[in-house]
Amino acid sequence: MPSYGTGMPLQVESLSYATGGRTLVDAVTLHAAAGETVGLVGPNGSGKTTLLRCVYGTLRASAGRVLVDGAELTGAKERARRIATVPQDGQTGFELTVREVVAMGRSPHKRFWEPDTAADERLVTEALARVGVLDLAERAFPGLSGGERQRALVARALVQQPGLLVLDEPTNHLDIRYQLDILTLVRGLGTTNLLALHDLNLAAYFCDRLYVLHGGAVVASGPPADVLTAGLLAEVYGVSADVGVHPATGAPTVTYLPGPETATALSRPAGERKSSTI
Amino acid sequence: MRRGYVLVVSALTAALVVAAVAGLALGPVRIAPAEVVRILTGGAEASPLRTIVLDVRLPRVLLGAVIGAGLAVIGTVLQALVRNPLADPFLLGVSSGASAGAVAVIVLGIGAGAAMSVTIPAAAFAGAMASLALVYVLARGRGGAMTGARLVLAGVAVAYILSALTSLLLVTSADANHIQEVLYWTLGGLGSARWDMLALPAATLVIGTLILLALARPLDLLLAGEEGATVLGLDTSRFRAAVFVLTSLLTGAAVAYSGAIGFVGLMVPHAARMVVGASHRRLLPVAALGGAVFLVAADLAARTVAAPQDIPVGVLTALTGGPFFLWLLHRGRSAEGVGA
Repeated sequence: MPSYGTGMPLQVESLSYATGGRTLVDAVTLHAAAGETVGLVGPNGSGKTTLLRCVYGTLRASAGRVLVDGAELTGAKERARRIATVPQDGQTGFELTVREVVAMGRSPHKRFWEPDTAADERLVTEALARVGVLDLAERAFPGLSGGERQRALVARALVQQPGLLVLDEPTNHLDIRYQLDILTLVRGLGTTNLLALHDLNLAAYFCDRLYVLHGGAVVASGPPADVLTAGLLAEVYGVSADVGVHPATGAPTVTYLPGPETATALSRPAGERKSSTI
Repeated sequence: MRRGYVLVVSALTAALVVAAVAGLALGPVRIAPAEVVRILTGGAEASPLRTIVLDVRLPRVLLGAVIGAGLAVIGTVLQALVRNPLADPFLLGVSSGASAGAVAVIVLGIGAGAAMSVTIPAAAFAGAMASLALVYVLARGRGGAMTGARLVLAGVAVAYILSALTSLLLVTSADANHIQEVLYWTLGGLGSARWDMLALPAATLVIGTLILLALARPLDLLLAGEEGATVLGLDTSRFRAAVFVLTSLLTGAAVAYSGAIGFVGLMVPHAARMVVGASHRRLLPVAALGGAVFLVAADLAARTVAAPQDIPVGVLTALTGGPFFLWLLHRGRSAEGVGA
């Protein structure tokens, strides 16, 4: 089993991002210990994607710092050696093969004229197998389905051998089975993982801790069982929900209930939410 | 897959040798291929045939090979750089700048007579560099980021302005002969090839093409998109700026001596991609060889089909390249997914 990198601690300190007079991320402070899987949840427009892009460096934060392994990263290449991600516009122009796309993940570790070695190619093959697309290796990447493409891009992130894996909605376009597969895989890598997730049940099951973003700011954080409460869901998402504990997994499970009147009924225990706010 | 690639490269190398020997053998005076080989290997005594092969035809064949390879590689690189399959070496304004320079010299009669063989390339190159500088400045965003879209917009805008200037120079010119001369120049041809002026463009193009061949890895990253390339460690803005300058210099060097020979830099990259796939490590050498073969063959046709008339080679590349391209496109659609 090849190593896809050793987890590095992540610290985000008072990070803000403002553009066009609007503050999309507002003084967010968060951390992830080495090897920890941390989830970012919150409704659309709460700033999850913007925050992640500031972390992996395609946006420059207006204020604050991002420290990986205790150091600020300068320059795209240095960052790419420590942080891997699956960008949302995972398109390629011309028809590269799946293997060629995955092999790009070795680039941060190479001088630009250096060819891939046999060891690089082995790593690529193993990553392709690990995400279950080895049989598609010689196919043209643009011809893949959304799910196959997503898995190939996760394989590309793996061969980067990052210390920190930052994934924005990694389960998008995936069948349930592959959603579970990808998240199980990510958890088992040994990397530190920062994941933005839509599905609160997946977030509850796969993450060690969660941060809840609302209007660009962290409104709650802690272990899933402390954070995912009916009160918080009513306030942040505007939905009523029943939160229980799954008998088999022990993780919190969220069941959404239709109708606005239940929301007010269930949002009463506001003190419960406060206790988990930093 | 790998053996197939070696086969493609070997076939193209063989084709280049055949085209070059044919280019040396054929013309108003036909020389047997065996005699050509004997002359090339130094086995022949001084004779008119030797002069024709070594002093008249060889520089022209070499210039054709170098410019063909250069234009094809530049086109390949620019298509990745601006992520646009229609990009070619002349998209970003360089050839318009060169034309403006060359036309100014022709119309104003600078160095009229023999010296024009020097002043035209010099002015064309100067014009190309002026347009390079203009596009470079315009393509930097306010934050200094050079995206593919900005580069194309700036290039096309500069090209239009310079073409208008060229037209203005032409229509206000008193001498009707200028129009004929300018037309020939802009259509492109290798007729000016001589040993004493081969060194500069050849050296520039060979070195520049070798540098571009070494950029396969970052060029592949650009195919992953702006964000994809960035998260894989490429400073896209800086890389794009550097490669733009390099390709413009090379285009300027090519255009200055041969005019804007069209279609090589647009079509050969696509043809090569259809054969060996889009990965630049495999693609760039094949594009270079393909471009060289194509232009040497096209130039041979240009000076033989209507002999003694020398047809501008740019006319032939477009005439043969266009239909070939359509055929490849058609074939590519019926065999979808055969990327490599």
